[in-house]
Amino acid sequence: MPALTESIALGRTRSATARKAPSRSLDTLFRTCSYGAALLVLLVLAGILGSILYGGWPAFREFGFGFLTSSAWNVGTEQYGALVAVIGTVASAFLALLIGVPVSLGIAVYLTQLCPGWARKPVAMTIELLAAVPSIIYGMWGLFVFAPLFARYIQIPVSNLVEGMPIVGTLFYARVPSGVGVFTAGIILAIMIVPFIASIARDMLDQIPTVLRESAYGIGCTTWEVVRHVLVPQAAVSIIGAIMLGLGRALGETMAVTFVVGNANRLSASIFDPSSTIASRIANEFNEADGLQLNALMALGCILFVITFVVLIIARLLTRRVQAA
Amino acid sequence: MVSSSTIAATAQRRPGRVRQGRRVADRTLRIACTGATVVGALVLGSILVMLIVQGVRGFTPALFTNPTPGPGSEGGGIANAILGSVVLTGIGILIATPVGVMAGTFLAEYGRGSKLAALIRFLNDVLLSAPSILIGLFVYTLMVRPMGTYSGWAGGVALAIIAVPVIVRTTEDMLRLVPGTLREAGAALGAPPSTVIMSVTWRAASAGIVTGIILALARIAGETAPLLFTALNNNSWFSANLMGGVANLPVMIYQFALSPYPNWQGLAWAGALLITATILALSIIARLVIKPQISR
Repeated sequence: MPALTESIALGRTRSATARKAPSRSLDTLFRTCSYGAALLVLLVLAGILGSILYGGWPAFREFGFGFLTSSAWNVGTEQYGALVAVIGTVASAFLALLIGVPVSLGIAVYLTQLCPGWARKPVAMTIELLAAVPSIIYGMWGLFVFAPLFARYIQIPVSNLVEGMPIVGTLFYARVPSGVGVFTAGIILAIMIVPFIASIARDMLDQIPTVLRESAYGIGCTTWEVVRHVLVPQAAVSIIGAIMLGLGRALGETMAVTFVVGNANRLSASIFDPSSTIASRIANEFNEADGLQLNALMALGCILFVITFVVLIIARLLTRRVQAA
Repeated sequence: MVSSSTIAATAQRRPGRVRQGRRVADRTLRIACTGATVVGALVLGSILVMLIVQGVRGFTPALFTNPTPGPGSEGGGIANAILGSVVLTGIGILIATPVGVMAGTFLAEYGRGSKLAALIRFLNDVLLSAPSILIGLFVYTLMVRPMGTYSGWAGGVALAIIAVPVIVRTTEDMLRLVPGTLREAGAALGAPPSTVIMSVTWRAASAGIVTGIILALARIAGETAPLLFTALNNNSWFSANLMGGVANLPVMIYQFALSPYPNWQGLAWAGALLITATILALSIIARLVIKPQISR
């Protein structure tokens, strides 16, 4: 039946189109246009990779593999390395997942299991609106509202507490407790990825047949047991996909991070210290950059492309089947 | 499954009484989940309150009629940035709409089962979540470098590239919801495929397609990163010259918010309130038009 429908709709049966001969050329034109538009998507993605590779090539040639392992970033001596930015990117995204994943899964469970029916729609919409707020607004909120509070009530007390301690002291001691740094960036990123993960996870949980849930409740399971033994095993793969999707966003996020990460090129073991990410460094320096610095920034973009696209492709492979609807 | 049978057995042995541990686990989960949702709502509330408190003072008539002032000087508005933003998003959406709708049509109507369509659908999804700063770098290499100047056109193209995957995705989803019988009916009347698509399928899915365009508009209106390297900014009054830098709200907010001048910071807050209110309004409209389950 679908095959028949398609062959009629696509005009593969000759008799259907043969009657209207004059509009045949228009038909072909329309088809070609839509084909071309679809190919354009492919070309753009190839173009992005090509242009960044082309721009970054001189830096890769100059520094070789050392570009990845060097933490230098010196405009005067033209020495560039990606290490600080790569670590900053990965660390802030990892912190974002650490904070954001439990919160978003909690929201998804609340919306599907606990929320009273009348409140479901407005609550879901409120959370989804968080995704529509532009990233620069998160940056301003982070820098002007969150960072001062964070510095005063968390960073300073914690720094005083852990000063001199081994390991913990290195990890949490802030030399300049200004509220900005890798950890702040992680928190802001967590807030930004929560609506995405939460809404996908909610859709996944909604797709689990109600009868499964009902039968679990029917034998006396509590909500926790339903979530733990019925929902999580059913939706695990796609929820991991949703988390990867959030990770992809966190890795490439630019403006919010540029506001709160501190933009320092320093390798520090403390998550309270300022650092920079690939995206924030490009945003900060690109307009003033010239020559080899420009190439080095493009090369950073190349690394970001590779990291995020690997993550996004894994994410899409995991969520593809369920999202097709 | 093993554990659910043990649970069943437990429940049978002590009817009406839930073991203490299970009750605690359940209570904890309920509180944690509700707490997470409250935190999410509080953050949104906090952002909105901050924007209103800081931004509403700047909402004077001058904000909408005067161009941005020079560094350190008083007064002025953000009229040039507002106009520039409207023009840039306008160019972006005008380029993205035909491309996105046609590509979505290809995926839903012509290429349903084909390998190429599957690949393009996949790449479109990847492009949908690609870091926007990389799109900025791409358009910089493609247009700004060869033309030798930051330009409004480059900014518009960068925004278009961000908008296209959103439109492709929603268009395809909406067209797929149109029942095949409608297409058959059209074909049975002797209409060629293009006519069936344009006057039957598109019409049936028009509300959804428009929603996709509104969502794309909301998405690109606040984009900053790709405009930094393409349209950049222009503090003088809008010159209608798209071959040069064009002032726009996001880049203006970025530069003014981080500046040391109180007047500039005030204008940044007013601009931030304006742009967030616009985007939230657009996304609420889009979500009300469309059925909730397809809203992404």
